Amino acid sequence: MHRYQVALLLAAGGLVSSAGMAIAPRVLNAQQPVAHHPVPATKNGNVVVMLCDGKTSLEIKGLKPGHTMTHDQATAVARQLMQKWQRAHPGELWQMAQEEGTQMRPTTTEQGNPSPNLPSAPNQPPSGEAPNPVPHPANPVQEQVQGVPVHRQAQPQQQGDTYASFNQRDFRVWQAETQKFVEYGKRVFHSDKLLGGTIGVSCDMCHPDAANTHPETYPKYQVQLQRVALLRDMIEWCIENPVKGATMSPNDPRLRALEAYILAQRKGVPLNYGKH
Amino acid sequence: MAVRHKSVETKYMEQRDAVLRGLRWLDRRSFLKAAAAAAGAVMARGLMPPHSFQLIEIANAATSKDFGTVGHQGSAPFRIAYISDSHLYERTLNQRFIRAIVRAVEDVNALDPQPDFVLYGGDLAQLGTRQQLDLGRQILAELKPPVKMMVGEHDWFLDLGDAWQEMFGPPNYSFDWKGVHFVVLMSVHEKDFWTARHMTPMERMRTVAGLDNPIQSRFEVGEEERKWLAADLAKVPHTTPLVVFSHSPLYKYYRDWNFWTEDAEQVQALLQPFSQVTVIHGHTHQMLFNRIGNINFYGMLSTAWPWPYAPQGLPPLTIQMNRADPFDQLDGCGDGQFMMRADGLVDTIYALWDRNPVSVPAGYLLSGGKSDRPPAPQFASY
Ligand code: HEC
Repeated sequence: MHRYQVALLLAAGGLVSSAGMAIAPRVLNAQQPVAHHPVPATKNGNVVVMLCDGKTSLEIKGLKPGHTMTHDQATAVARQLMQKWQRAHPGELWQMAQEEGTQMRPTTTEQGNPSPNLPSAPNQPPSGEAPNPVPHPANPVQEQVQGVPVHRQAQPQQQGDTYASFNQRDFRVWQAETQKFVEYGKRVFHSDKLLGGTIGVSCDMCHPDAANTHPETYPKYQVQLQRVALLRDMIEWCIENPVKGATMSPNDPRLRALEAYILAQRKGVPLNYGKH
Repeated sequence: MAVRHKSVETKYMEQRDAVLRGLRWLDRRSFLKAAAAAAGAVMARGLMPPHSFQLIEIANAATSKDFGTVGHQGSAPFRIAYISDSHLYERTLNQRFIRAIVRAVEDVNALDPQPDFVLYGGDLAQLGTRQQLDLGRQILAELKPPVKMMVGEHDWFLDLGDAWQEMFGPPNYSFDWKGVHFVVLMSVHEKDFWTARHMTPMERMRTVAGLDNPIQSRFEVGEEERKWLAADLAKVPHTTPLVVFSHSPLYKYYRDWNFWTEDAEQVQALLQPFSQVTVIHGHTHQMLFNRIGNINFYGMLSTAWPWPYAPQGLPPLTIQMNRADPFDQLDGCGDGQFMMRADGLVDTIYALWDRNPVSVPAGYLLSGGKSDRPPAPQFASY
């Protein structure tokens, strides 16, 4: 059970904040296998569908594993799941996909009489640099939404949701974890031993600072592979060929970390799949 | 009999080889024919053209109009071949880099006319061990012309030059040949970053071997050797053509990868008084040329692997080579020649393997890029 709790903590920020900052980075270690969210068992063995929050689930009456739903049924299930989630999170802003011709607008408008300064609000950054600067009456934030400048001033913040309520310390822990994973990827990238290479060759010999790995251009067709390749396909190919190592399983922490390092080196470069 | 299956890679390489075999030294008409055939073959398979099938038109170096003109210095034209940056491991570990340097040796031995001598541009070894250097020495011994050796950081930082100097002599020296003064520098000194960190010799070597390892110092010729250079050049009239061989570029291209010489300006100042100066350097593993003041610079290709172009600092006169094809181990690698002209300047030929050679006439750099422009790449780096 303990393992699942950890996974839920990641998916649902609400628990993180209520649990305070008890999460040691070791627990979040990104090199561990990816956790699974088990769905509750049902009496009749019906299929149960889980939302991405890892908590909200719905039993589909009459649908047994291995059978499929029609598009309409599936749409109905999605709607029910979202309704269930919204009931559990009253006052939450959730923007559904924009339907043609309709204006996108928040499902909730005014929030009663929110206090801008909740005592012990977990998402108030204690001090220093906030991950996403929270607009403050004294510091209106000039933002752009799809190219349109939006002037936000002293707006009350939405409260009570789970996904967005992490504080600055949570954020720092997560950043540090991500950085550790990237650093591990950097070590693998620079080490013929960790790569399992057999001829003394590592990636950095030809790609200093991961130059010319162009992760932003994937997926793209690779003629020599005769198919559309993902970044990791190309990484695997490079492990097998210039480095002369054995291909890695998709869950191999080294492969995942390599991908993380390569992507991290191109931070800020626009995605441009298919570019050659 | 069992059907022999060929892998996708093998089939692809065979097709490509067939196209490339037909490519060397084509005139314009047959070039267009070959290019169309290659494009047709690719399109017939419903594929996008891979980089390696991109055929570009390249001036044939042998017909370069600059070569052989009589200049005011009256030195006799001659050729120098180069092989550089082979990064050899022990024979038991890595055959690939051995095959590459052996190919370069075969290239040079097949040159007709033969060069007067061959420059080895440094980084013969990958981690500076005696076995690696000795393996390289044996391979280079197969060269028919005489060889001039230069040291690179991969040869040096295991034992700070002991084995290399034992095998090849002093790392900096000068000589005169057919009216040209040649200087070979040891330009990869680094300030001591290892003692304070209690590094073993191999840790020091591996640190320097990591291009993007920020712990190491920047390359420099150093004060002592600059004094030696000043004294050496003091004996030479400024009208004598001067060619300087250096492993590091002798200018500042990209600091983070040590495509860089910390005291470049001081060294350049010693060379500027000469009327005809060429600097030829290793280390950067790419087609690279530059002109600063009076000095023409050319970077050499590696036999082992090409480096990407750095994200900043590329000299404006450099015309990039097409990005290398990762599916062809030798693409973007090669060797080359320097054609010493009668006027004391140098035309450079980049003999890129599995591609047509690219010729960079001195006139291109002299004119600031206005004339004799080498062909542009179709796949520049980004
Ligand atoms: C011997 C040299 C060499 C080694 C070692 C090497 N690569 Fe490459 N790799 C290349 C070259 C050359 C390219 C083509 C670069 C270009 O397109 O400009 C390339 C391309 C790639 C690409 C695709 C880039 C694109 O534009 O699609 C990826 C990803 C990549 N390498 C990852 C790696 C990884 C990861 C390793 C180590 C496991 C590695 N490479 C080792 C030479 C090498």
